[in-house]
Amino acid sequence: MRRTSYLLTVLLLAATACGGHFPQTTLQPKADFGFAIQGLFGDIFWWAVVVFTVVETLLVVTLIRFRARPGGPTPKPLHGHTVLEIAWTLAPALILVFIAVPTVRTIFSTEAPAPAGALKVSVIGHQWWWEYRYPDLGITTANELHLPVGQPVDLTLTTADVIHSFWDPAMGGKRDLIPTHENHLVFRPESTGTFLGQCAEFCGASHANMRLRVMVQGDSAWKAWVADQQALPAPVKKGSLEEQGAQAFQRYGCTGCHTMGDMAHGIVGPNLTHVASRTTIVGGTVVNDSAGLARWIGDPPGTKPGSLMPNMHVPPADIAALVAFLRSMK
Amino acid sequence: MSAVHAPAAPATGWKSWITTTDHKRIGMLYFFTAFGFFLIGGIEALMIRLQLAQPDGRLVSADTYNQLFTMHGTTMVFLALMPLSAAFFNYIIPLQIGARDVAFPRLNAFSYWVFLLGGLFINASWFAGPLFHAGHLNVAPNGGWFGYANLTERQYSPGPNIDFWLLGLQVLGIASLAAGFNFIVTILNMRAPGMRMMRLPVFSWMTLVTQFLVITAFPVITVALVLLMFDRFFGTHFYLPAAGGDPLLWQHLFWLFGHPEVYILILPAMGIISEVLPTFARKPLFGYTVVVYSGVLIGFMGWGVWSHHMFSVGLGPIADSVFSGTTMLIAVPTGVKIFNWIATLWGGQIRGTTALHFAVGFIAMFVIGGLSGVMHASPPADLQQTDTYFVVAHIHYVLFGGTILGLFAGTYYWWPKMTGRLLSETLGKWHFWLIIIGMNLAFFPMHFIGLLGMPRRIYTYSRDLGPGIATLNLVSTVGAFLIAVALLVFIWNLWRTRTHGQPAGDDPWGGATLEWTIPSPPPPYNFDFIPTVVSRLPRWSTTQMRAIPEGSPEESLPHVPSGSIWPLVTALGLPVLACAPLTHTLWLAFVGAGLLFFGIYRWAFEPFEV
Amino acid sequence: MTHAAAEHHTSMGVPSRKMAFWAFIGSECLLFGSLISTYLVYKGRSVVGPYPHEILNIPLTSFSTFDLLMSSLMMVLALAAVQRGDMKWGKIWLLSTALLGIVFLGMQTYEFTSFVREGLTLQTNLFGATFFVLTGTHGAHVTVGVIWLLTLFFRALQGKLGPEHALTVEISGLYWHFVDVVWIVIFTVVYLIQ
Repeated sequence: MRRTSYLLTVLLLAATACGGHFPQTTLQPKADFGFAIQGLFGDIFWWAVVVFTVVETLLVVTLIRFRARPGGPTPKPLHGHTVLEIAWTLAPALILVFIAVPTVRTIFSTEAPAPAGALKVSVIGHQWWWEYRYPDLGITTANELHLPVGQPVDLTLTTADVIHSFWDPAMGGKRDLIPTHENHLVFRPESTGTFLGQCAEFCGASHANMRLRVMVQGDSAWKAWVADQQALPAPVKKGSLEEQGAQAFQRYGCTGCHTMGDMAHGIVGPNLTHVASRTTIVGGTVVNDSAGLARWIGDPPGTKPGSLMPNMHVPPADIAALVAFLRSMK
Repeated sequence: MSAVHAPAAPATGWKSWITTTDHKRIGMLYFFTAFGFFLIGGIEALMIRLQLAQPDGRLVSADTYNQLFTMHGTTMVFLALMPLSAAFFNYIIPLQIGARDVAFPRLNAFSYWVFLLGGLFINASWFAGPLFHAGHLNVAPNGGWFGYANLTERQYSPGPNIDFWLLGLQVLGIASLAAGFNFIVTILNMRAPGMRMMRLPVFSWMTLVTQFLVITAFPVITVALVLLMFDRFFGTHFYLPAAGGDPLLWQHLFWLFGHPEVYILILPAMGIISEVLPTFARKPLFGYTVVVYSGVLIGFMGWGVWSHHMFSVGLGPIADSVFSGTTMLIAVPTGVKIFNWIATLWGGQIRGTTALHFAVGFIAMFVIGGLSGVMHASPPADLQQTDTYFVVAHIHYVLFGGTILGLFAGTYYWWPKMTGRLLSETLGKWHFWLIIIGMNLAFFPMHFIGLLGMPRRIYTYSRDLGPGIATLNLVSTVGAFLIAVALLVFIWNLWRTRTHGQPAGDDPWGGATLEWTIPSPPPPYNFDFIPTVVSRLPRWSTTQMRAIPEGSPEESLPHVPSGSIWPLVTALGLPVLACAPLTHTLWLAFVGAGLLFFGIYRWAFEPFEV
Repeated sequence: MTHAAAEHHTSMGVPSRKMAFWAFIGSECLLFGSLISTYLVYKGRSVVGPYPHEILNIPLTSFSTFDLLMSSLMMVLALAAVQRGDMKWGKIWLLSTALLGIVFLGMQTYEFTSFVREGLTLQTNLFGATFFVLTGTHGAHVTVGVIWLLTLFFRALQGKLGPEHALTVEISGLYWHFVDVVWIVIFTVVYLIQ
């Protein structure tokens, strides 16, 4: 299976004739779900290559061999041939059986309920960002899903508005988030690293901007992250720019939509308590640095079409304060 | 073989066109109208490809892009591919079965006018923004051609965009249903004496199966749209979670229609191929019975696979396995047809006309589309492919490489019959090669783009996805423009043929079926006298040729109906009726309904001889 | 081919208009089938009441069902009369069918208005939505049928309907019986099986 993915990747690289880094590829799985799919896909792919080669070669050979030639004989009107019909009905059917059996096996193995001890994460889709809650750890975050390597995870998928689809190709296949339904995605990440993904069900104006990252961490890094997320951030120093930012945060009504430590409990937008610990903001489309934060606060609908966060026409001085405040919320 | 009284030459002038009930004229109307919509859908595609040629594209806004891909899909499926097939149903079916017209000529005209008006209605949304105080010009449908609830509910789609979509599609559905009833009765009931069902040309057979699919599948999407209309206009909660409604109901209803719909799209083209290949191989279709039964089987089995569009929905392992099984099963009769087509060519004397090029292109491209389809049939694999560019590749290989190439094969094959002039073979070959290279450049990279992680229906993509993705997207865009160039060549070919086309005569190709026994273009009454058919290949059969008597026709004057205005009047009632909810104007509903009832009344009691 | 449809050669020995109508009925089966399926899928899933068992009036609806069944009988008699050229009884039975249809519509109207008074509207819950759309679509079909029958009746009054139009009357009969059969299914699924 790994050889198949290697071969496919090589073919693709050859095809594109440029660099090899495809951060969102389905062909380099990093979790058991992804590997199971890749094995199955590899099988089907090679059968497809066989059928393609046979049929297209037959077609080309026929066209060349039986080209009309001047003075050629009148073709014999062959109306049919029962044995041939049976043969080319049974042969494809047989190949399909070879595909169907591993398919059904993989369906049941990948849709099995989560094993005991799996890490539970609740994924809630919003237009256009991802909310993650770790109920057993008391953590709420957004867009960047941290997971420990080697441990099974049970994602519970629901939505706050319309249908979305959670897709991190390195982890495996996608699963939809549907109103009134609770879906599950169960897998076990097997390598550390950051793996890109994005929403895969058209969900409105900024569907293209609803991106996600799965960050798989080694044991100590994971534990450190959990501890940081569970702790409250250090309070802002009196008289600092950060304090001005905290006041601006309240003055501009950000508390209405966002949760921020003990200060605010809004649920419309992402929880910002540890926003500075994230590498990206705005559904994973903007780098989480001063420039990115300033750009977003300065014009949310301009940055993300259809954004629910309005343009509050915040003057530059207040933007700087807000940015300092948010950057301190590690 | 002259008639006792020579019938009048076909009437000219715009009045004769708006009252026409002649299936041949209606066929031409369908062809040019559908081709026009095809070009509009193509321009929408080019804009999409320009936007995606590089990452972080800024050519169009996010909302306009979402309108572009929605309208591209809706236009291509409902306003281009289906009506282009209908152009051939209209023109060719009566000729192939030995009839003078379809069973219900006025209903036929009605179908065309409703199609035209429905298409105009839905495209008016590109300019209707000011009417709705939208702040910008275009308010075209933007929920995808599949319009998933609950995104399409008033809460998440507040403008008139989705209203245009759901009202327009209901209007168009009526056109398709009317044509469905018409062609079923025509094919079953108006065959020439001796034209047993198993002597019917395969194109006629596939059309029959297609029409049964139309009349059974369209009511389902009608219900889906009506329920959405009630949610948006009358406060019901069919798809709204708050009151217990389930957005999945929409998906089930839509795909119960949607899967038979794709067979509606492909079977006619398969029928065309089954006519073109034997003619240019100079031997009969291999396995006629098997090909016909395969088509019928595909029609039935097409009802059992719909949830393969829903593998990521979480239906559960049993449902996923069942639908995976039925989907794989349907590949069998499809594959059987392909082998029979190749066997038709085998042992033949293959003449490389443009029509044959397109028919062979169909086989070559459809195999690729079919194989990616089998990959989709496996749910776990599909979970990496669905909603990505991989499935966009699949659908374009089967619909462009399949249906569209098949329709071009039909065009080059039957244009001489329809117009009396041959299309240029030289321009035709240029058209073919440009389009097949273009389509492979446009769509083959999409297999990779999808597997490398790019979802579909996104107005832009990040540089983060990798430079390879950007390169492949650029290649695809170049391919799309190559297709556009190919289409320009085709249009030039059509135009040039009007004056420079070689006269075709009755039978330029040496075809086997009845349409080649009459002049090109046929007289208004088609046949001087209806033949008695004794063979499946009447034009090739020596016994058949002897069966057509020399001498005077069986009746003195084949009557040609003079036409009627009532199909158009009745058809006008529908878009007027649709404008009522769209603009929240009740009296428009009364005007529309009034036009409908008035038109139907006059139609019903008009003396009209067939 | 020329002249009246009845003289046309038909490959299957069935008049084309009748065949088209059967195809239409087949299509309508899918239409009502989808609406009935929607009703069944949402059965028992209303979040608030009124619920079916609280509000449906079986005795009243049984009577309207009987009314529609009798109207089908009238229709059979109407066709038989027209076919044998007895236009006096043809008119009587046609009008009777239409009148019984109007009675049915009247009872439906009464039922709908009383439901609204009791707090069940299209918007109230899933039962209201599915019930009114399903029975409303059926009622619209009955209305079209009544208009059709009355049109035939008035043409008969003008002497413009005779045994040569038996096919037209037969087709209107097919439509009427279909609408009746659909009602039997709706009555069973919505009212009887709760």
